[in-house]
Amino acid sequence: MLTKDLVIIGGGSAGLAAAIGAYDNGVRDILVIEKGPFLGGILNQCIHNGFGLTEFKEELTGPEFASRFIKQAEERGIECLLNSVVTNVTCDKVVTFVNKGGTTKIKAKAIVMAAGCYERSPGAISLPGDRPSGVINAGQAQLYLNEHGLMCGKRVFILGSGDIGLIMARRLTLEGAKVLGVAELCAWSNGLNRNMVQCLDDYNIPLYLSHTVTNVIGKSRLEKIVISKVDENNVPIEGTEKEFEVDTLILSVGLIPNNILMVKAGAEIARNNGCLVNDKLETSIPGIYSCGNVLHVHDLVDNVVEEAREAGKNAAKYILGNNEINLSSINTKAGEGIGYVVPARIVIGDDEKDATLKFRVRKPSKDVYILFEQNGKVLKKMFKPAIIPSEMEITKLSKELLVKGDELVIRMVKKEAK
Amino acid sequence: MEERDLICIVCPRGCHLHVDKDLNVTGNFCPRGAVYGKQEVTNPTRVVTSTVRIEGANLAMCPVKTKDPIPKGKIFEVMSSINSVKIVAPVHIGDVIIKDVAGTGVDVVSTRDMEKI
Ligand SMILES: Cc1cc2nc3c(=O)[nH]c(=O)nc-3n(C[C@H](O)[C@H](O)[C@H](O)COP(=O)(O)OP(=O)(O)OC[C@H]3O[C@@H](n4cnc5c(N)ncnc54)[C@H](O)[C@@H]3O)c2cc1C
Ligand code: SF4
Repeated sequence: MLTKDLVIIGGGSAGLAAAIGAYDNGVRDILVIEKGPFLGGILNQCIHNGFGLTEFKEELTGPEFASRFIKQAEERGIECLLNSVVTNVTCDKVVTFVNKGGTTKIKAKAIVMAAGCYERSPGAISLPGDRPSGVINAGQAQLYLNEHGLMCGKRVFILGSGDIGLIMARRLTLEGAKVLGVAELCAWSNGLNRNMVQCLDDYNIPLYLSHTVTNVIGKSRLEKIVISKVDENNVPIEGTEKEFEVDTLILSVGLIPNNILMVKAGAEIARNNGCLVNDKLETSIPGIYSCGNVLHVHDLVDNVVEEAREAGKNAAKYILGNNEINLSSINTKAGEGIGYVVPARIVIGDDEKDATLKFRVRKPSKDVYILFEQNGKVLKKMFKPAIIPSEMEITKLSKELLVKGDELVIRMVKKEAK
Repeated sequence: MEERDLICIVCPRGCHLHVDKDLNVTGNFCPRGAVYGKQEVTNPTRVVTSTVRIEGANLAMCPVKTKDPIPKGKIFEVMSSINSVKIVAPVHIGDVIIKDVAGTGVDVVSTRDMEKI
């Protein structure tokens, strides 16, 4: 069987940054396996700007950002295999992939999982009504338009106010389509503020908050949709229906880590479908790391590459035998008001001074404290004048503060009025 | 000038800005927000990103952007100019695709390396 020190699954921004991180920490025998015909992943179809402000201190488009990482990988001579799909990963780190040359198995010393995410389907959200053509996922519509020059329709409605939906509202408007509105189930928008302004307000596209699609009508092609207001339990309110004659309904209703390979490998899986990792981004299978959108969905690629380089660095330590073994770890827990926390575990007693914690709140809140507590004792307290679910929070916690055994709870509390 | 409340769009932080009658900006976390706030009430501009048809590459479309922000009111004129050109591979990041688009003084440039196949 072929062997490699490090195999990286996925050649998107996470996979490339992980390869670079591992290389820069001493590993040379690296293979990146990418199923598509290009490196760079999803960024290639994200032709809008807004990437790279943290990483490169300038505003780049998706393809420009991707090309910088492709160049960095090329400069290091990192081997990348295109048009090759990984079909299996085992807990003893045998990776199987398929391409024109057939099926190949590689035994790796370490693996970085960086396979990105996929879009939630109409079925997954129990979209009611017919299934004519013209109901399409936002990322799919973006790919058709931006890489192949194919418009999905002329009169469009968008369900879901995530960033991809907002970006597509503007993009389709610029290409001559009429976007009649965006409906969002939550009482707040799930996109970044800047996208609300630049993509909807600039083009007078209405946003219907606390609304959802309650009927989809059309025989072969979509003819119309009905939206309704929802109550606080997300149940449609009768008598609030509005009809829109559209030929296209775009769904931007969430992304899910594309983590099936790790599920099959028997790794411990978190509620979001990503792997449970420790603060070294190592999964429950020693020597297999996870980063980028396959771990948890990121809104900013700058955060993806930072996380991925860290995963690559830690994989390098593992390969070169520099990591401490048999250390204990504590669990983290998303408490009151917090949606999720990555990592799920923090290793105690290693040579890292800080643990990086990433989390999202459940709903937009003002004047709150974020508390980091172990056994009721506050280890860290952050004041936030405003905090929203669509922006991931990242903070460092000194590991010296942590004691063995007890769970670390992160929770949000309202600042008390004086 | 009228007072206005804006959301800064220069970076993803999205600060809530207040611009008063004398163009003083508050609420910005960093200096770029003050520049944006003033600009947005006097002469709002945007970077336009789109695609142009390309021949001889392995994809039908090449992504492009205006090298600098252009006046907001010119967006659709810039778009129709972008949609009227066709290019031939190879192109590289930064190559000028349209000079001085729609009389804005700004060039449209390629944002992806696309080799000839
Ligand atoms: C549509 C969209 C719009 C976005 N807009 C912005 C934005 O405006 N600003 C911003 O900063 N960020 C944005 N993001 C976020 C950012 O682009 C992503 O977070 C980041 O690029 C994800 O990188 P990744 O490497 O984790 O995933 P991806 O880029 O998806 O890469 C995963 C790669 O793995 C490959 N792969 C998957 N399965 C296999 C397999 N079995 N075998 C081999 N290869 C496999 C895929 O082909 C893909 O190339 C957006 C994300 C999406 C989805
Ligand atoms: S003021 Fe500065 S930090 Fe705030 S959104 Fe604008 S650019 Fe970003």
